[in-house]
Amino acid sequence: MKKLLLAALPLALLATIPSAEAHRAWLVPSSTVLATEDSWVTFDAAVSNEIFHFDYRPMSIENFQVIGPTGSNYTLVNHALGELRGQADLQLSDAGTYRIYTASHALTARWVDADGQRGMYPPRGQQATVAGLQAALPANAQELTISESSRRIETFVTAGAPSLQALTPSGVGLELHPITHPNDLFAGEMAEFQLLIDGEPAVGAEIVIIRAHTRFRDNQEEIELATDDQGHFTITWPQAGLYWLNASYRDDRAKAPATQRVGSYTATFEVLPF
Amino acid sequence: MVRLTHQACLAAFVGTLSLSASAEAIPSMTLDIEIPRLAVAEYHRPYVAIWLADERHQAVANLNVWYDISMANQEGETWLKDLRQWWRRSGRTLDLPVDGVSGATRAPGVHQVSFTQMAGDGTVFAQLPPGQYFIHVEAVREVGGREMLSFPVTFPLSTNTYSQQGQHELGKVQLTIQNEGDF
Repeated sequence: MKKLLLAALPLALLATIPSAEAHRAWLVPSSTVLATEDSWVTFDAAVSNEIFHFDYRPMSIENFQVIGPTGSNYTLVNHALGELRGQADLQLSDAGTYRIYTASHALTARWVDADGQRGMYPPRGQQATVAGLQAALPANAQELTISESSRRIETFVTAGAPSLQALTPSGVGLELHPITHPNDLFAGEMAEFQLLIDGEPAVGAEIVIIRAHTRFRDNQEEIELATDDQGHFTITWPQAGLYWLNASYRDDRAKAPATQRVGSYTATFEVLPF
Repeated sequence: MVRLTHQACLAAFVGTLSLSASAEAIPSMTLDIEIPRLAVAEYHRPYVAIWLADERHQAVANLNVWYDISMANQEGETWLKDLRQWWRRSGRTLDLPVDGVSGATRAPGVHQVSFTQMAGDGTVFAQLPPGQYFIHVEAVREVGGREMLSFPVTFPLSTNTYSQQGQHELGKVQLTIQNEGDF
């Protein structure tokens, strides 16, 4: 079913995936498990080929937000953007779990006009609106695909005991609903997660999990999974280390005028030795 | 210091229990823990946690935790997470320091700690449900390694001696269980 759907999509759609996603975007914390309140954590962010290796472009952390044990009243500081790496710091002023994330949700459209010219909306760097799309669409657009597209990149850190307040799903886009706490992951143990699309189970989402330091081995050793009919998936961590997880989801249950929903979710997890 | 607190707890406990305790057994656990002397360029005394866990690895009692307890601003607590099994099973939910549990790090040598009738945190041995448990001894050293020894024990406790040899962060660790009711 999934394959049929993909095959039926116009080739142009493949180009709607932002160029960053041809590479891998990520946010990596210096620590995920801390003993004391007021501890500092520093974050690196980049878009790269090798997992957690600064080999391509930086990613700014300016657009990232924080939800912590008492809400959204936490601020990333000491932002810097280098040639290869974005960075920022966060002080964990309360005990509990923090989610550091960037999430976007936008309308995008692709078409071919009467002269055979490809068109897209919104223009790079602009916000999309339904009115704007209506104005931009030529009268006789062909091969029109309007997507409701969401993208989220995040990671989790905990001071003291893990807490649940920061893990509540927003109900928008493709996101993770942890069954196993994301800062309580150990090698050899099974973790269970659920993926949600707009707050509902994301059934058949495709997941790739890759352990850090791909540049020091011959193979990516990626773990490929898919969510079940409840949007759940499980992973037994093969060994301790940092892991990059990317999930993608697509269906045709978008809100009009969009004709499809596309979601991308990326997270970094730290798995400790048992 | 730890012992004193422990004894104080025990005195209070025995005082309250003396009415109901007749010829009941009085279980005790004694651990002889060897901290090895290591020839390393930078040596720091290890952090050590000793706790009791049930069959499902859930911590049911803390016996002792040795760390840099007297550093300013509780700075020594920062590295307690490196006792990573203890931290996961118990440490991260504790409000430190814990009377009768928290104690200073120990120098290389053999150190004896003894728990009569109850763990350092006041958990009464005789009140734990019968079954399989573990005494875990976990040690971690700054810029050094980590090691954990686990002793399976059955509750109710019966007199026995167990011994294990650590490989790098712990030397010989001996667990002696006495239950005076066992004749």
